[in-house]
Formats: sequence, C-alpha cells, structure tokens
Amino acid sequence: MLIYLAKRLGASVVILLGVTVVTFCLTFLMPADPVAMIAGRNSTAETRELIRKQLGLDRPLIVQYTSYVTRLAQGDFGRSYARKTDVGDLIWSRLPATLLLMLGAIVAELLIGIPAGIYAATRRGKVSDKTMMTLSFVGVSAPQFVVGLSLLYVFAYMLGWLPLGGYGTFAHLILPALTLGIAGGGWYSRMMRSSMVDVLRQDYVRTARAKGVPEWRVVMKHALRNAILPIIAMIGLDIGIFMSGVVVVESVFGWPGIGQLMWQAIQAVDIPIIMGVTTVAAAFIIAGNLLADLTTPLVDPRIRLR
Amino acid sequence: MKKLILATATAVALAAACPALADQPKQGGAAVVTFNNDLTTLDPHVGYDWQNWSVIKSIFDGLMDYKPGTTELEPDLAESYTVSDDGLTYTFKLRPGVKFHNGRAMTAADVKWSLEHAVNPATQSPGGGYLSAIAGYDDVVGGKSAELSGITTPDDGTVVITLSRPDATFLHIMAINFAYVIPKEEVEKAGADWGKKPVGTGAFKFVEWVPGQRIVLERNKDYYKANTPYLDKLTFEFGLDPTVAVLKLKNGEVDIVGDGIPPAQFAEAMADPANKDLIARGDQLHTGYVTMNVNTPPLDNVKVRQAINMAINKDRIVKIINNRAVPANQALPPAMPGYNPDNKGYAYDPEGAKKLLAEAGVGDGFTTELYVMNVDPNPRIAQAIQQDLAAIGINVEIKSLAQAEVIAAGGSGKAPMIWSGGMAWIADFPDPNNFYYGILGCDGAVEGGWNWSKYCNKALDDRGHAADAMVKDDQQAERIALWKGIFDDVLKDAPWAPVFNEIRFTYHSARLGGDDALYTDPIHIPVNYDYIYAKDAQ
Repeated sequence: MLIYLAKRLGASVVILLGVTVVTFCLTFLMPADPVAMIAGRNSTAETRELIRKQLGLDRPLIVQYTSYVTRLAQGDFGRSYARKTDVGDLIWSRLPATLLLMLGAIVAELLIGIPAGIYAATRRGKVSDKTMMTLSFVGVSAPQFVVGLSLLYVFAYMLGWLPLGGYGTFAHLILPALTLGIAGGGWYSRMMRSSMVDVLRQDYVRTARAKGVPEWRVVMKHALRNAILPIIAMIGLDIGIFMSGVVVVESVFGWPGIGQLMWQAIQAVDIPIIMGVTTVAAAFIIAGNLLADLTTPLVDPRIRLR
Repeated sequence: MKKLILATATAVALAAACPALADQPKQGGAAVVTFNNDLTTLDPHVGYDWQNWSVIKSIFDGLMDYKPGTTELEPDLAESYTVSDDGLTYTFKLRPGVKFHNGRAMTAADVKWSLEHAVNPATQSPGGGYLSAIAGYDDVVGGKSAELSGITTPDDGTVVITLSRPDATFLHIMAINFAYVIPKEEVEKAGADWGKKPVGTGAFKFVEWVPGQRIVLERNKDYYKANTPYLDKLTFEFGLDPTVAVLKLKNGEVDIVGDGIPPAQFAEAMADPANKDLIARGDQLHTGYVTMNVNTPPLDNVKVRQAINMAINKDRIVKIINNRAVPANQALPPAMPGYNPDNKGYAYDPEGAKKLLAEAGVGDGFTTELYVMNVDPNPRIAQAIQQDLAAIGINVEIKSLAQAEVIAAGGSGKAPMIWSGGMAWIADFPDPNNFYYGILGCDGAVEGGWNWSKYCNKALDDRGHAADAMVKDDQQAERIALWKGIFDDVLKDAPWAPVFNEIRFTYHSARLGGDDALYTDPIHIPVNYDYIYAKDAQ
C-alpha cells in the first residue's frame, strides 16, 4: 500500500511538471502579446520594449521556463502582469471559495442523484423510470450558464427566497452548488440506477425477499450498501470535472473563486495567473484521481491496489 | 458643444423639478456599483481600463481636472498656473492645505516625485510616454537618472515644469491618471502591493478590497473641495454577470450597473416606463471604425478603401445595436474639438462603390478578412459589414477571436481589416491629438502599435506637430482648425471606415440623483462618482 502510494505520488509530480510545460508552451503559442495588453493603446514602441524587458519576456523560452519552474518549486508563483501582485496570494485567497463551492456541489449532486437513481431502479421500465432518466439526461446536457441564470431568475428574483448572487452565507451557496450539482446529479442518477438494478438481481437480494423482508428494507438496507460503492469511488473524479465547471458558474453568480480569476487572466493574457491557476487546478485533479483510486479498495475489499 | 448640452439639460431639469434641486445636494447615503470583473489595480500610474479609470479618479487628483460632466479643463491640485511665452515652461501654484488620506500635507516635492515615478521604467506605466515632453524624460527612461531635470520646486507650493518641446496638450496630460500625485512614503511602504492599498488626495478614501468580491471607499472628510463628494460610502461589487446585476438593481440591491445594460436586455429595459428617469444617456469621446491595412493589396488602393466606406450601411448597423450609437462620418466624435460638422464623409452609395472598385481594377471583386472581437454585439456588426461588402462583390471572411488576439493581429499588421468594437478608441483626454498619433499616425504604425491600418503620412504628422507647438491661448482656435484640416485629409485617404459614435446608457437606481451628464461623464468613464448623490439623504 505504501509502495503504491509512493509510486503514485512520484507519478503525480511528473504529471504536474508536464502540465506546466504544456501550459507554458500554449501561452506562448497564443497569438496574443501580453506586453501589448499591459502597455495599452497609446504606448510607444520604446515603452513596449521596456516592459518586455522588465517582465523578462525578451529571454529565450527555455530560460523563461526554467526560471519559472525553479521559483515554482520554492512556492513562488511570480507576479501578475496586470495586477503587479503576488500570484500565490491571489490564488490562496480565492481557493477556499472554490473548494467550498465544490463541496456544496458534491453534496448537491449526491442528494439529487442517489435518491433519483434508487427511485428509477425500483420502478424499472415504468413511465416514472423513463421520466426520471429523461430528466437526468436534460440535467447533464443543459448548459450551466442557462441553468444558473434560470435558477437565479426564479428563486432569487421572482420568488426572492435566495440572494441574487454573491458570497458569504450558506444561502449564497445553494444556487451555485445546485447549478453544478444538477449536471453531476444527472450522471449519478444514471449510475445509481444501473448499479441498483444489478444488485437487485443478485441472489442475496432474492433470499432477503424470500425471507419476507419488506421491499423498502431490501432496497435501502441490503441492496443500497453494495449499489452505492461505485458511486463513492467516483466522487474523487468529480473534483476534476468541477475544476472546469466552476469557471462558468463562478462568473454567473459572482463567486470569488479561482475560476473567476482565471477567466479575467485569460482576457488580459496575464500569463503568471494562467500558469498558477492551471498548476493548482491540475494538482487538485491529480489529487482527486488519487483519492478515487485509494477509496475504491476501502469501500470494496475485492479490489486491491498494487 | 458639450457645455451647451449640459447647460440645456440642467436648465430643463431645473425647470421641470422642484426648486429644492437647485440647491447643492446634501452629503450622506451610499451607493453600490457592480462590475463583472474585479479591478486589476488602483495604482493610478498603472491602471488603464475603463473599470478602474474612474475609481482611480475618485481616490486621486492631479494638477488639473475637468469640470464635472464636461470636457472643460480647470485647475485641481494646482490653484493657478502660468505658461511662458515660448510654451516651454509651466509654473503651477499648488492649492494650500491639501492633505493625503494619511493626513500628511501634499507638497511640490510630491508632484515631482510622482511624475518621476510614472516615468520610471520600474513602474511599467502604460502612460509614461504621455510625459515624454518633460525635459530629462529620456535620461529617466534610459536609467541614467532617477530625477526629471525639467521639474524644479522653488518652494513647497510651486512646481515649475520645463518641456523639451512645446506641447499644446500638456495641461490635459496633467489631468490624466498617469500624472496623479501619490505619497512616496505610502508607495514605498506598500511595495508591490501599492496597487491594492491606494492613498491619494481625492474625494474618496480607500477602506478595503476583498479580492473578487468588493472594494469599499468612504468620503474623504478632509477633501479640499467643500461639501464634496456627496456620498458617504461607495461600494464596488465584483463578479456578477451584468444580466444578474440588472435583476439586482430592479430588486433595489445595487445602484449602478457598471458594465452597462447587456445587449439582450437593452430593448426591454428601454421600453419599461419605470426606467424613464433611471437610464442616463450621454455622448462619449468614442468612434467605432473598420481599419483597412494600407499595405495589403488591394486595400493599398485608396479607391478600394473609399469604396468600402461607401458600401457600409451605417444606419442599419446602428439599428442592429438598438440605436446605442449615431452613424459616424469622420474619425473624430462630434463632442471632440476639431470635429468638422461640415464634413459629411462618405454617403452610403453601393453603386458608386462598385464604380470605384472597377476604376481600381478590382471590378470583379476580391476576397479579404475582417477580424472582430468575439463578444456580442461585435460579431453581429461584422456580419452586417460582410453583407454590405458582398453587395459590391467583396467576399469577406470573418475572423472572430478573443480581444487579445485581435489586438495582436492588428499590431503585427497581419489583419487586412479589423472592426474596432470592444477595443475601440475612447479618448484619454478631449483633444484631437489623442485621436491621431497612436491610431492614425506613423508612431502607431509599427510592429505592436495600435495603428492597425499601418497608415503613415509623414506630411500629416508634421502638420500635427506644428499644431501641437501652438500653446498660446490666442492660438487655440487656429490650432483646432489645423487639426480639423488634418482629419479631413485623413478621411480622403480613408485608412478607416468610421461607422458609429457610441452613446453611453447608464442604468441607475431611483435612490440616486444627479445630472445625466455625471452618469455618462466623458472623462470620468463611466460615472463621475464624486458628484452623484443619494436621494434618501436629502
């Protein structure tokens, strides 16, 4: 187990390094010039050259990359081009908001997906099953921008039950978490349904039924414990999925997370921020995958890590 | 012209409203402004986007400023000034008793240090170049000196600035953010975080900045202008999509939608009678244009460029954007000095355009590319231009890209045509000079420059320099006439097809009062926060 963990952690560092190489190259392939964005429209050619030199952008790519990674290894993310402030500070001050939103989204998707899946599985083939699965399909496919705005319009503006975007209290969390959770819940309901259908066909379930155990007890006690295992193993993977979803949701709801920071940095070609957020997000995705792999044997002893 | 509009608007407001409005508003109350994007910085020498531009103006001051809601210069931190006969020496007498927000008195040494800070390469100021007329500029930029030899301070209340060449726009330059006065000790204390902890002399004092969420300012009780500003507290909320911000305003939670009304909601908002007094309308110093690269055949032929000018149906484009603009006939916007009301530009005439194309030898048409920023309504405008040009046989491929990519394509000279929307020129100061050198002159027609037509007419440049050397008050009418002539000649060469002049519409809550001109201020873009007031405090 420990050897496995060490191997995986070693691989993670290599992957992370690979991510920085690819992102660094991509930012330079981008047909946009960060200096032009900083210098603005009335700058002279001299001003632009001066700024280019100040930022070290006149050096060869490989030199720039090496100095970036060396500083990154010491925890220094560099300074933002547009804001002139420390990128590490910018990211760490916003990360808690993104993590909170992800946690809320995971709770929301489980609360939506698991009951919906169980319900559909126990009514397999019936109209209610088909309706449920159609709804889950809609949930998975609907653009988050539209879902978020619709939820805001109905629950915050028309009904006035929840705040119109912003950050701070539990009430602020509900709608953005739900927006992310609806898509995830759609997936989970489908997975939960098929897993439950499989388990309900098993011999021990038939035995339980033969003993005269009431149906709700068969489902909720005997079957659920096994059926839910693959779901739990999936949660770690969600961290990766949400890392991309938060960009849109944060900008609709005014959620001050790293997605919002990233969105603005891309507009301004603020390379240090783009690099920093990508690296941190990649670290979370890698950690999420590792978590998924590690939890699987815990919930299902039949699987062993090597 | 501008002044006249304001005066008329005020007169109408006074005639219609109760006499109480004639009195100066009472101080008090608060306002909440929303922006989708968090501000990048509040460092006046670095900030250069339309969100932070006006916030910085409320926290800091310069030697000069403009009368609220107008483009008329007046002394600000300077109490008075004199200009030498040769136009090379400006002597500013500072207003006594002005204090920074930290309580220290502002002196001549601060003015000198601030201008040097803006020019210092380490500051990376996008506007440092504006100060290039000050003697000693080259030595500071070149790292040979930390001090501008052209600035002397005979006493604490006097600043003498010597220029290396006459610059008729110098007083305007003393009014832009890059020349604002900052306290040395605070800049040094904050170090790299200076842009997050601003300390100025302005109407509002900085309180806090919660990244991604809000910036809070409070009234500067020691502000040198009595009974100004009117609001006690000003909060900027970040991150909200403008669509949501409009809903919040309707709910009474916010007071100003800083990003403007989203195109999709514009018609609905304007049609709602409840919004009649809530949407301020005002002219901007803005022109939206199509650049045509004069080095790219067949656009290198002036007749082709003129034909494109005649083929674009500007009225239709204005309709496409819900009449949020007026058709443009020349590069300068109507509110800018030097605008020529007698120059009607190129009238819409597709048949005449076809004839010109035939004369240019491309009567069978050709294929070219139009670059456009990929944010609504710009792609729709590009499609309208595409259809108009198709009608005279020009086949246009639209390249819809991110803003930074369009700017890069324009700077490198790769783009044959660019629609300027979303990146377009709003003047930094109200002088025709500001609409020329960077975007139409030879200075901008270089790699990475903002003259995307790469149009470089040395003779016109020389005439511009000659005009800018006319600094005396009694020469100003002549100077503006010279610029008028320059822009008339630019139009004949047609490096641009001017399409429209934007009108700004600012949506604010019923709780806020103040003339429309303050909500669409051409200088304090988008809103002059210092002079709007809260009705619930009256």
